[in-house]
Amino acid sequence: MTVAAAIAARDPDLLPSRRDEDWRWTGLRELIRVVPPASAAVRDVAGADALADLGWPTLVFANGRALEEVEVAIPATGKGRFVRRFVSAGAGTAHHLEATVTVGEGARLVLIDSFEGQAGDYLASAALSFDLAAGAEVERIVLLDDAEDAVSVARSTVALGAGARFHQTVLAAGAKRQRFETHVRHPGEGVNVRLDGAYVLTGKRHSDQTTVVTHVGRDGVTTQLTKGVAADQARGVFQGRIVVERGADGTDARMAHHALLLSDRAEIDAKPELEIYADDVACAHGNTVGALDEAAIFYARARGIPEVHAKAMLTTAFLGEVVERILNDEVREAAHAWLLGKLEGLA
Amino acid sequence: MLDISNLHVSIGDKPIIDGLSLSVPAGEVHAVMGPNGAGKSTLSYTLAGRAGYEVTDGSATLDGEDLLALSPDERAARGVFLSFQYPLEIPGVPALTFIRTALNAQHKARGEPEVSAPEFLKRVREAAGKLRMDMDMLKRGLNVGFSGGEKKRMEILQMLMLEPRFLILDETDSGLDIDALRIVSEGVNALRSPDRGMLVITHYQRLLDYIRPDRVHVLAAGRIVASGGPELALELEREGYDKYAQGGREAA
Repeated sequence: MTVAAAIAARDPDLLPSRRDEDWRWTGLRELIRVVPPASAAVRDVAGADALADLGWPTLVFANGRALEEVEVAIPATGKGRFVRRFVSAGAGTAHHLEATVTVGEGARLVLIDSFEGQAGDYLASAALSFDLAAGAEVERIVLLDDAEDAVSVARSTVALGAGARFHQTVLAAGAKRQRFETHVRHPGEGVNVRLDGAYVLTGKRHSDQTTVVTHVGRDGVTTQLTKGVAADQARGVFQGRIVVERGADGTDARMAHHALLLSDRAEIDAKPELEIYADDVACAHGNTVGALDEAAIFYARARGIPEVHAKAMLTTAFLGEVVERILNDEVREAAHAWLLGKLEGLA
Repeated sequence: MLDISNLHVSIGDKPIIDGLSLSVPAGEVHAVMGPNGAGKSTLSYTLAGRAGYEVTDGSATLDGEDLLALSPDERAARGVFLSFQYPLEIPGVPALTFIRTALNAQHKARGEPEVSAPEFLKRVREAAGKLRMDMDMLKRGLNVGFSGGEKKRMEILQMLMLEPRFLILDETDSGLDIDALRIVSEGVNALRSPDRGMLVITHYQRLLDYIRPDRVHVLAAGRIVASGGPELALELEREGYDKYAQGGREAA
């Protein structure tokens, strides 16, 4: 929790540096000379955009504090759903928050975590934990909609009971520095983990999706698909680590990251890692970085589709594969609309 | 309609089309036949506006308008349609979405109203029926996992939907079995009309049994070396391209 510690002590030396291997592409110490003062409490925030505004029960956190105490009950049977909005509304200030979601045995939850920048130049940090009991199912969609001159870091830790299911899709639009970490301790035992992500980066935005999945028990399944596009001078970072500990035999873990570079000055940094200490496992990772297919662009243009639209169509299709994997129909459609909105920024 | 005059095209530094002249009046179907390497595909890509095909001399106009000055999508909006020899696969874009996007983009460019979703679906069902295509195929990613013959049908389906004024068929018969060839040809023939022109580019005479040309031109070494009626195609089928290939070299 070095960012949290740096904010609490207002000490920039506690920030992670690019000399730390895990932060080599997202170093903060080099960027922040003075840690901003603590954000003030606010009473109200502006409304949410489309995806956070599905009309679901909503918890609002502003500048690191819950706006009001709301009890969100998750039904023991059937499906619960709610939205958490993490709003940064204090320009030039810093805040850290911690929150926990506990999901009872056999309960099912669809959760939207929406990070929103409603001011500029903030430093936001969040530590979010999940505790899923046996047989619990969570589908989590994360929207990272920070201000372009903000620094925003979030770390999620996930603990899973036997037979649990944790599916996550992170949609990121970047910031001056944006980092979203997910750490999963995977007990095996019929547990199914899916960690997906997509990013659309323009201007000088930066986005880092980092995942660590540690398999500690037998027969666990993990699948990961992250896809992104970087235009202009943007930078996308993907770090995915899968650790299979001794005894975690029968693990099936697959990780893929594919990115499109839409400009010569954009950058993609990817580090997929498999650390395997067990026998009899099926693990694989794939990573590609490329440009849009010129032949496909010409084909679309030869049918009358102008170049800008042809590129947008192919880019949407490229990222669409991630969105298609979202199970909840309502959320999938809203996520698709969110991505389209970001892709308009490319034209 | 289409007038090509003294066209010279290079790819990189290599000249491929070398002084080609050809006119296709409205209402006519012209075939361009030639051996491999004669410049057939270069001609079709140049007319469609593909990058990398550099026109070093000459002109190509459609109804007097300079085609070569237009972008590929502008040419399409003017009514030029190239049926690709090797249609592309576009994962994640359903054929229905692709065709509707293209149709409405062309309408927009011409200042015409958009086609409504129900009207579009009605027309696409009709066209797919003519080509014996399953609507399920149109809901999947464009051409993804399709056989060569299915891809060619998809080209013709797009052609029927977009209703172009000038059609260029680049080796449309390649990869087709005899039943598919007949179905595809029926689709093309349905578009024959007094205000449309067609250029049918092919290596073999076979396709011309189904799409009967008004004129046949022989392309060798980047230029038209002979022109005649439909009988010329039959002669080529019997005697091959040898004498023209030689003639082309001598002329060069």
